[in-house]
Amino acid sequence: MSASSRTANRYFDPRAFRIGAAAAGLVLLMIVVGSSGLDHFDWALTTYAVASVFAAFSVVYRYAVWAGRPPTRMYLRRGWQAFRSGRGRSGRGARLGIGALGGNAARLGRLLLNNFVLQTFINRRSVERWIMHAGLSWGGMLAFGITFPLVFGWVHFETLATDAEVYRVFVFGFPVDQFHVGSFRGQLFFNLLNISALLVLLGLALSVKLRMHDGGELAVQTFADDVFPLLLLLAVTVTGLMLTVSAKLLSGYGFAFIGLSHAASVIALLLYLPFGKLFHIVQRPLSLGVAFYRHAGENSPRASCMRCGEDFASGAHVADMKEVLDQLGLDYRFETGSGIVHYQDVCPACRRRIVTLNQGAALGR
Amino acid sequence: MTEYEFFIDPSRCIGCEACKQACTECDTHRGRSMIHLEFVDRAVSTQTSPVVCMHCEDPTCARVCPADAIKQTDDGIVQSSIRDRCIGCSNCVLACPFGVPHYVAAIDQMVKCDMCYDRTSIGRKPMCATVCPSQALFYGTREELERLRSETPVNDFRFGNQRVRTKVHLMSSPGADDMDVDVMRFMAGAEPDVRIEELAVWTEDSVAARS
Repeated sequence: MSASSRTANRYFDPRAFRIGAAAAGLVLLMIVVGSSGLDHFDWALTTYAVASVFAAFSVVYRYAVWAGRPPTRMYLRRGWQAFRSGRGRSGRGARLGIGALGGNAARLGRLLLNNFVLQTFINRRSVERWIMHAGLSWGGMLAFGITFPLVFGWVHFETLATDAEVYRVFVFGFPVDQFHVGSFRGQLFFNLLNISALLVLLGLALSVKLRMHDGGELAVQTFADDVFPLLLLLAVTVTGLMLTVSAKLLSGYGFAFIGLSHAASVIALLLYLPFGKLFHIVQRPLSLGVAFYRHAGENSPRASCMRCGEDFASGAHVADMKEVLDQLGLDYRFETGSGIVHYQDVCPACRRRIVTLNQGAALGR
Repeated sequence: MTEYEFFIDPSRCIGCEACKQACTECDTHRGRSMIHLEFVDRAVSTQTSPVVCMHCEDPTCARVCPADAIKQTDDGIVQSSIRDRCIGCSNCVLACPFGVPHYVAAIDQMVKCDMCYDRTSIGRKPMCATVCPSQALFYGTREELERLRSETPVNDFRFGNQRVRTKVHLMSSPGADDMDVDVMRFMAGAEPDVRIEELAVWTEDSVAARS
């Protein structure tokens, strides 16, 4: 095997490829089933649908590669176990006798509300950063929430045979609602994408301000990870808003070109999802597992430092770290006269002291 | 281009905390000090130690990060966690052989020394080294160091069976090639007087080794 093919194999993960291909197949199936055998599929949106299928493959491929790393796999497994077992369940849930899963489901609901909807942890960094992120994430989620069902043919509109000004809304082929085009609800529906674009634009403006003036951001940001995804979002937002401007204010001037530009920018954004910082959208839910794992660790046997005796982590976390280190091929075991000592059994503060003491001893000071 | 390197000599530290204060001024640190400065064993010694990131060539913190939130730049600097990725699991805190990363509960995120990347990436000194009065934290060229110090910098450590090479150097005995970290020698007993006895023993050993 040549060196180049060995390198190529290192970066190709057949298992992740199969999972990614299955995800793409699932999206295709959902398109066919959800649009009643393509009856309600909007063929004008085919490019978006094809890009979505490719994006499903690439995002899931990257996720599968990432989830296969030893520490990630460990957290996914332990987080799920902690969620299901209700280890460490305490307080009101325990007193009320709510089942472990029920108590943890309520906790999951709170975590989802605080960390994903309200994003309160960002507010603790700064209010401006919170507004920026809220604009980008809420605007983005709203836009995706509208676009995907339309592109996949899950949602479609029909006018009444008797009144062309009344729209009927169909979800998976079933009528669920109707409204007059001139009504407030009608205007709201038609402008939801514009509203989401304005939210994203607000987030982008604050983000650009931050990235141009914050010395910390300027030092560590990279074009591929941080700047390019924002440029793509800007392109999507601006071309999307321009479609409305063209239709409403310019009598459709340049509409076809703007539409093409919008499609190109959306497709580029979808295909770039696995590469830049936007991938954190799918990575971030792992933090939910960490919350359950930590909660379980607080209420289970603790690990004491073998040097100073201080409680420094949960026993389970230390044991899991030893396993992860072994899986990574990292061996921090000391073979001593009194047996094997694992550096994981020494707290971080004592490790700092031990290095200093070794240096002092080496210098004879 | 002049090659600046970071050299640490904890034995020179006088515990003034200037480095901790200066560290907060760095743009990438956002008012938070990334330096651990603590007494090595206050009961028996006034020795303090400033601990900054050693910037490992193959950083264990990044290897154990489940979120892939710790990145290494092309110039070998191991960055603090990427904010949108870090899930605050503390794997890195537990795994780092030098005990460097901090977990900050208020922001549910790990932070660590990035050698003042906003400064060092454009040729300036890191804040801590700029203010350190005893030069326990020294940032300069190899020639400057050799002119000023008799000790030898090492960046090759052995923690039990694990070898760790770092970008930052620790000053060691003249002629040393590496540092084989001895953990049992300093696995002091719980009582201060026991530690005093042990300290006396290894001080005598050190004196004997030097003579």
